[in-house]
Amino acid sequence: MEKENIKKVLLLGSGALKIGEAGEFDYSGAQALKALKEEGITTVLINPNIATVQTSEGFADKIYFLPVTPYFVERVIEKERPDGILLAFGGQTALNCGVELYQSGVLERYGVEVLGTPVRAIMDTEDRELFVEKLDEIDVKTIKSEAVESVDDALRVAGELGYPVIVRAAYALGGLGSGFCDNDDELRALVEKALSFAPQVLVEKSLKGWKEVEYEVVRDRYDNCITVCNMENFDPLGIHTGESIVVAPSQTLSNDDYHYLRSLAIKIIRHVGIVGECNVQYAYDPASMDYRVIEVNARLSRSSALASKATGYPLAFVAAKLALGYGLFELKNSITRTTSAFFEPALDYVVVKIPRWDLGKFHGVNREIGSSMKSVGEVMAIGRTFEEAIQKGLRMIGQGMHGFVENKSLDIPDIRKALVAPTDKRIFVIAKAFAEGYSVDEIHELTKIDRWFLYKLRNILETSQALEAHNGTDTLPDSLLRLAKQQGFSDFQIARSIFKKEMDRDTEGAIMDVRRHRISRGITPVVKQIDTLAAEYPAETNYLYLTYNGTRNDIDYTGDHRSIVVLGSGAYRIGSSVEFDWCSVNALMTVKKQGWRSVMINYNPETVSTDYDMCDRLYFDELTFERVMDILELEQPHGTILSVGGQIPNNLAMRLADRGVNILGTPAKSIDNAEDRHKFSAMLDSLGIDQPRWRELTSLDDINEFIEEVGYPVLVRPSYVLSGAAMNVCSNNEELVRFLKLAANVSKQHPVVVTEFIQGAKEIEMDAVADEGEIIAYAISEHIEYAGVHSGDATIQFPPQKLYVETMRRIKKVSAKIAKALNISGPFNIQFMAKDNDILVIECNLRASRSFPFVSKVLKINFIDLATRVMLGLHPEKPAKSAFDLDYVGIKASQFSFSRLQGADPVLGVDMSSTGEVGCLGDDTDEAVLKSLLAVGLRVPKRAVLLSTGGSKQKAELLNAAQRLHNSGLKIYATVGTAQFLNENDIPAVRVYLPSESDKQPQALTLLHEKMVDLVVNIPKNLTSHELSNGRKIRRAAIDLNIPLLTNARLAAAFIKAFTSLPLDDIEIKSWDEY
Amino acid sequence: MQAPKRATLILADGTRYEGKSFGYEGSTAGEVVFNTAMTGYPESLTDPSYEGQILVTTFPLLGNYGVPPSGDASPSLRNYYEGSRIHCRAIVAQDYAYHHSHWLAERSLAQWLEEEKIPGIYDIDTRALTKHLREHGSMLGKIIIEGTEAEDDVDFYDPNAENLIAKTSCTTVEVYESIEAASTPLTATSDTTSWTAESRAGRKTVVLVDCGIKHNIIRCLLKRGVRVVRVPWDYDFTSLPYDGLFISNGPGNPDFAEATVENIRKAMSDGSERPICGICMGNQLLAKAAGARTYKLKYGHRSHNQPVRRVGTTQCFVTSQNHGFAVDDSTLPSGWEPLFVNMNDNTNEGIRHTTLPYFSAQFHPEASSGPRDTEFLFDEFIAKL
Repeated sequence: MEKENIKKVLLLGSGALKIGEAGEFDYSGAQALKALKEEGITTVLINPNIATVQTSEGFADKIYFLPVTPYFVERVIEKERPDGILLAFGGQTALNCGVELYQSGVLERYGVEVLGTPVRAIMDTEDRELFVEKLDEIDVKTIKSEAVESVDDALRVAGELGYPVIVRAAYALGGLGSGFCDNDDELRALVEKALSFAPQVLVEKSLKGWKEVEYEVVRDRYDNCITVCNMENFDPLGIHTGESIVVAPSQTLSNDDYHYLRSLAIKIIRHVGIVGECNVQYAYDPASMDYRVIEVNARLSRSSALASKATGYPLAFVAAKLALGYGLFELKNSITRTTSAFFEPALDYVVVKIPRWDLGKFHGVNREIGSSMKSVGEVMAIGRTFEEAIQKGLRMIGQGMHGFVENKSLDIPDIRKALVAPTDKRIFVIAKAFAEGYSVDEIHELTKIDRWFLYKLRNILETSQALEAHNGTDTLPDSLLRLAKQQGFSDFQIARSIFKKEMDRDTEGAIMDVRRHRISRGITPVVKQIDTLAAEYPAETNYLYLTYNGTRNDIDYTGDHRSIVVLGSGAYRIGSSVEFDWCSVNALMTVKKQGWRSVMINYNPETVSTDYDMCDRLYFDELTFERVMDILELEQPHGTILSVGGQIPNNLAMRLADRGVNILGTPAKSIDNAEDRHKFSAMLDSLGIDQPRWRELTSLDDINEFIEEVGYPVLVRPSYVLSGAAMNVCSNNEELVRFLKLAANVSKQHPVVVTEFIQGAKEIEMDAVADEGEIIAYAISEHIEYAGVHSGDATIQFPPQKLYVETMRRIKKVSAKIAKALNISGPFNIQFMAKDNDILVIECNLRASRSFPFVSKVLKINFIDLATRVMLGLHPEKPAKSAFDLDYVGIKASQFSFSRLQGADPVLGVDMSSTGEVGCLGDDTDEAVLKSLLAVGLRVPKRAVLLSTGGSKQKAELLNAAQRLHNSGLKIYATVGTAQFLNENDIPAVRVYLPSESDKQPQALTLLHEKMVDLVVNIPKNLTSHELSNGRKIRRAAIDLNIPLLTNARLAAAFIKAFTSLPLDDIEIKSWDEY
Repeated sequence: MQAPKRATLILADGTRYEGKSFGYEGSTAGEVVFNTAMTGYPESLTDPSYEGQILVTTFPLLGNYGVPPSGDASPSLRNYYEGSRIHCRAIVAQDYAYHHSHWLAERSLAQWLEEEKIPGIYDIDTRALTKHLREHGSMLGKIIIEGTEAEDDVDFYDPNAENLIAKTSCTTVEVYESIEAASTPLTATSDTTSWTAESRAGRKTVVLVDCGIKHNIIRCLLKRGVRVVRVPWDYDFTSLPYDGLFISNGPGNPDFAEATVENIRKAMSDGSERPICGICMGNQLLAKAAGARTYKLKYGHRSHNQPVRRVGTTQCFVTSQNHGFAVDDSTLPSGWEPLFVNMNDNTNEGIRHTTLPYFSAQFHPEASSGPRDTEFLFDEFIAKL
């Protein structure tokens, strides 16, 4: 190692999770921090994402919950004076920020050395024109294109290339602002939008239908190179890698193909001068060896996180070591611990990554998938046949599918069209097409998906047809049953295929029939290790998966009952993301510390919990009842923890308890009592605790009758859901009727729950840990927004600054009653509504909640550690400290990804739509609000704001804020009602016309297009998100043109108050431990 | 599709693995070895170094991209294969792709195996099998296909007990002028006067000793503009005019190639400055000619991901390997030194003479299959001519 002058290193994180930049950077950053720590280097981390593992105690020496922007990073540098900086571990956010700091001379001024890949090389790969030039120098082919900076130039280039063309924005993450255009009109619209994000856009010839292949390449400063993994997209070029099903290693490439592209990748990385890790993405002709390099990412990426998990090669860890000057030959393979880190993993399994979309949560969003990323998470499935892996994966994405076949039939009016224009349902459209008699060739023609994949999928269909020829287990041959399991069929799929309609009578019974039958026939899965060398060398690896393609376990189970199994949280999705990974990891650490064998089950490649050095045994596998039982039967654990991984493990409680599984902590029966609306409600009644009036109803008449009693608005939802899917507020009869039609389609078996909706109420969260019914630690926090904004989207303040002492006291009392009644042992969360002096219970979850990491870190009491010790039966002491002792404030703010979701109306409602969050600390509310909102992408306006402040109540609420805007010298534009209201109140405001009055000036949309305003506050008049109104057009334009937007009056007021009363330079730069 | 026949792999220690047949339906026997490469089954199957061996592929999916055409080129230099025929005795995998997909594929792997009468089995726990071989060393095995020979009628066969080099080497001297042109046999009337660079305006000539050569070695040399004279393993080439000597890879135990070792010694005897290069078996034979010893590894190196380091430098390479025997470094006489070392187990990966232009590699710089990062060794050899 050479760089002995490096004693202190600054690492930039990626901030809140967003589409295109998600949990993978928690994993990369955490690994980098481990690598630095091992060298005795002092680490400083800037990352406002308080729910991450990397921002936990023990990872970095100093943690700043601050926005990763040049301004704040410079101030941290000024204070901390690091010797070096790492830019490659925090996604595009960190990379862009680092390049700016380099270009503005900040890094040089403070003598901060960029470790790893030089900034020059980063710029060569990020700027499309430089990139093409660079690769031209070594005769490597790129997609011929031209960089343009205006719409007119784009049109000219497209004219030269001929349509279809693809447009890409430079310096953009996850293909933001990218897309295909078939004509001038489409091009004009897209380029205008892209130019609002990036100074430069490139127009290139489309190679739709080519294969997309990617290599993960590592280079050290001695010029030694390896390719750790290659991956092939199931979907051909045209669909963003983040939107595509991906397999590793490549399946349809011959040795010549594989090594041709591999050699090119090495040639490129050497020429560009990467030190560390990068990926090279290719378009590859399916009918020759012609190729184009699509792009090179000179940093850790989503793909590299996937490659790390797919191979067991710790890319981020190694990249960090290389940045410090190590050669690959000086490092060891961290799995075998004896062989060299300079090698290329050999896989003896196949890995399939499948994206998880949540498009159903957005109104008006375009469901087609293409060159821009929309997925919010992903899963990785491991198998020893492709069929096994993909069926596992299709279950893991958790959208009610059981695999490739035996699903509820989709309603697809035009299969041909659906094959040509893929949506998030693409693979199930293929299943349907096969079932309808389409041939492999026909589907190939329409989708350009390689025939190999289609043949494999057809194998699955053929097996299901063979199964369907049987009626029950009696006639089922073992060979067929085994084949089905080898192809990844679940017991549920087999049950449905052999029991058919009969299954609906007793689903659970049918599944158990299959399970019992197959176990009696000796058809059970085996456990295999991932060891990077395909068993060539002995490896003490604890990285495991289950497969039916094998006859022997790699692990000798001793039945010592020393394991504690922790169920993880599965795919990141809206409503369940990195916060549950933090909970899982902390539970594992406590389990380990207490002397038990820590065992994790999870399948999300973006997580730290699936890092094999976080636990004693990692099962990278499904969190279905079937697979969890398989694992528990092998492990024979002392106990199983379900309460730290969000709703997925929680939902398994009753079924696992029925099979005699020892669930640690709160009993399954209590979980059921809290989850079941009727039981829970009855319990509250018996305890004398108030709740909003609600009823479970099955007919419209009944509903109307109930509404007559409680009045509009009402909240309408189906039972047993997380994050309010298919839930809506209806303000009048028309909305109710329209929504019920939708809801009835969503879930026929379930009746509709209608709840009275209280307007203008405060929402309050209680996060707590109880031991045998007694609360031992708690944190009460308040929402900035009034009830009606989903708790996952709301801005949360802890400790609360505006709650009456009386309210707090009542909440404590009620929570204690509930804890006692449900005999809670472990983590739980209760949501309350408070209006005047009344408090109502909305919901209770007997598991860790989304806000656990936030309150734990603000309070500096690890609630999960405490809860885990409770669950282990250790009866920990009550912590001495309470929230009343804090002399600072934490604000948790939500990150939205509307810019990715074309067409979606960016309003907040009872259904959750944020993709991530940050948590910042401040000496007072203003400071914390300002930091946290800047961290989720808002900017302090410099010139003018555009206000449309909704109904009269909200108008009044924002009057003070408008006065502040005016006083601070900002020009105010306002739509008609707002302008009138402001002028009446002596606040000057220029009236602008609505989009529907497009001929009149000044026009709101023109203001936005010409960037004359730098903040938009647009409050919808009512709580419905259906309106195809002027408001929606303005909101959407703000998002598409990258102008900060606020749609909630209370939040807007808080932000405006914060930035008008606290200049940025007065913000104190304090690390977590300084609070 | 007809249900596949049952097939059983029986190891010499009695361990049995039940699977299904997908290739030729006939029983066979050989030495069972595993390869951890993830691509390259057409190359491996035709690699003469696998002569007499039953190949276990640890990558579970086999046959995905079918089999490329055998091509119009003569059997002595195939376009896409490494030998004129399949040399493996059988191939074993977890899963077989009955439907392949690749623009270059001419037929499926199953069809090819049938044509060449080579059995294939799948639905075998190849990871368990590999671990068994790793722990107990490569061992003999036989494959019995249901409905063909009875188990007792098929004897175990030990390829290491016979001279596989002789079995796989060419039998006549062939002269290659270019990749495109067919080779011509060397006869008494062949005009060899212009063969060497020393002769006026002559092209450089490389004598290539065929110990069971992979065709890509020939292609790699021809690509660099030299004439290649391919001679049988025991042919005394010392009387031929040539600029450089190349000793190929080959199967089995190097002890059988005493004749080759003698000829190499002769080529070096006068301190000749004519360059010598060897690959794999060539490394072992050059070492033996120098006076060093070789030994059998427990289960060999067969993969695409073997890390080697150029001794005394910071240069490392990912290499393709396929060998069961290795050179014992410690027995190298003075004047010789290790050139490359395996970074995983520190075994020898190449040797060189300290002053004369003699060097060799245990790995395969010609790759095919595998990474091509060390193809520059051909350039280094050619530069010395």
